[in-house]
Amino acid sequence: MTMILGLYNYWIVIVLMMIGFYIIISHGHLIKKIIGLNIFQTSVFIFYISVGKVEGATAPIWQEGILLYSNPLPHVLILTAIVVGIATTALGLALIVRIKEAYGSVDEDEIQSMDNQDVISQEKEHQQC
Amino acid sequence: MVGIALAVNQIKDMFAVVMLAGIYGLVSASFFVAMDAVDVAFTEASVGAGISTLLMLTTVAMTGRTEHEASHKPLLALLVVTITGGLLIYGTFDMPYFGSADAPVHNHVAPRYIFDSMKEIGVPNMVTSVLASYRGFDTFGEVTVIFTAGIGVLALLSVVRRPKTDAAVEAINDSMHEKHLILRVVIKTMIPFILLYAFYVQFHGDYGPGGGFQAGVIFAAAIIMYALLFGLSAARRVITQPVVQLLSAIGVLLYGSVGFVSMLNGGSFLDYSVLSADPIAGQHLGILLIELGVGLTVASVMIIIFFSFSARSEYQQANKGESL
Amino acid sequence: MEFILSLLSGFFLLFGSFLCLSGGVGILRFPDFYTRMHAVGVTDTLAAAMILIGLMLQNPDTLVIIKLMFILLMTLFISPAASHALGQAAVLNNLPPLVDLNIKDLDNSTASGDKPSKS
Repeated sequence: MTMILGLYNYWIVIVLMMIGFYIIISHGHLIKKIIGLNIFQTSVFIFYISVGKVEGATAPIWQEGILLYSNPLPHVLILTAIVVGIATTALGLALIVRIKEAYGSVDEDEIQSMDNQDVISQEKEHQQC
Repeated sequence: MVGIALAVNQIKDMFAVVMLAGIYGLVSASFFVAMDAVDVAFTEASVGAGISTLLMLTTVAMTGRTEHEASHKPLLALLVVTITGGLLIYGTFDMPYFGSADAPVHNHVAPRYIFDSMKEIGVPNMVTSVLASYRGFDTFGEVTVIFTAGIGVLALLSVVRRPKTDAAVEAINDSMHEKHLILRVVIKTMIPFILLYAFYVQFHGDYGPGGGFQAGVIFAAAIIMYALLFGLSAARRVITQPVVQLLSAIGVLLYGSVGFVSMLNGGSFLDYSVLSADPIAGQHLGILLIELGVGLTVASVMIIIFFSFSARSEYQQANKGESL
Repeated sequence: MEFILSLLSGFFLLFGSFLCLSGGVGILRFPDFYTRMHAVGVTDTLAAAMILIGLMLQNPDTLVIIKLMFILLMTLFISPAASHALGQAAVLNNLPPLVDLNIKDLDNSTASGDKPSKS
């Protein structure tokens, strides 16, 4: 019982991570993949922050008379990670906009079939020459 | 949060999915507050629930609202996910319990940061002291990553603007003034307070939650709000494209120059103690300057990204109108 | 005095939470977009105000009260503006309300409604 109480935060993180992973690999729509990536990233943040929490401690800002603080090191790492995450998301969304303009669709299967048709038609041209 | 993630998986309407992603960000921010991570919660709320939702909505507006049906069965994906999840859960049995004070993560470097930060740096907010001073080089890398993302979005989505389309768009914006009167008046009164709050967060980051990133995002949010309501061309008259590109580069340059000046003064790269006669004053000066650099770059890059998305959307609509 | 303050703050906090909950119930139970928005807009703003006042009474430190007062002012400005934005977006996109009102009549009705002295 104490094991469940002690480890449940890791299990919830793993469940969130797996849901995010499933969204990435099983859906074809590119924006949904990016949202799944976002969910995955946030679950990793939750993991780190929950590791840094100390029972009965307060936020890591120095105040007179308080001796027990939560660990500031995971906070710093996750701050960087959040900002880098938004940078990659923005770049991914810009790529999706250009893909939509070039292919007319943002579904991965349709884009793959369009690419395959391009390859097949190019091979036919090479055979004719 | 598990419920929200499952709903994101099931729902086919992309608008609802993007909104759910925003709610997910906000709920995780409140979770971070419950875990005593106030700086992280601030950043996640502004970035994850604000900017991220905005950019995704812009993209959905340009790409279509529904998702097509999947053509293959998801059984293989489910199998992979279950096996990976099972292995990970097996791996957690060795981990330290939640909230225990003797976990290895609390025992090596963290006590030095917590107890010596006030003495060595003199800044009450330990997260800022670690971010800006002890681990300043990582933050430099982060600022460079944001700058690179801004450059990348510019390279992908920039549009050559012709004055003829500019005048046409401006005419539309002016005619819509009556329709959106209430919102325009309220937002015009709000924007100075939001900008002031961004400056407060920037400079108060030493004493409470805050710092360069959050301040940059809030500043960009105020400008983006103005652009949303008054039209992109009106916003571009306030914040011109060359100026904002220059500002983003100046932020990174400021950060690097602080490190370089420390080297010129005899210390190592990004060692702030040599910046002034008293090492604690030097630390304060160094942290102030680099947070300023970070705030500048983050604000300008967010504005660049939003303006690029917006300009591309207008360009697409203009082209659709011409081809019809 | 302290007891009365904490009692009052507890009352405000509970009332605010109840308002939030009732707004949530309203979203689920009301039949139409416009009625749902009305439920949420009103109760959310008042609930946020009540919770903030309850928090102000909890900790009578001057700086904290001033900061919370600013947040309250901002919420009172921004939250109704957001509800208005939602409603206007729905009207501009011709979302039909449940009562069968011709939306184009809305422009005419405001003009004629300004003069109540006429019959």
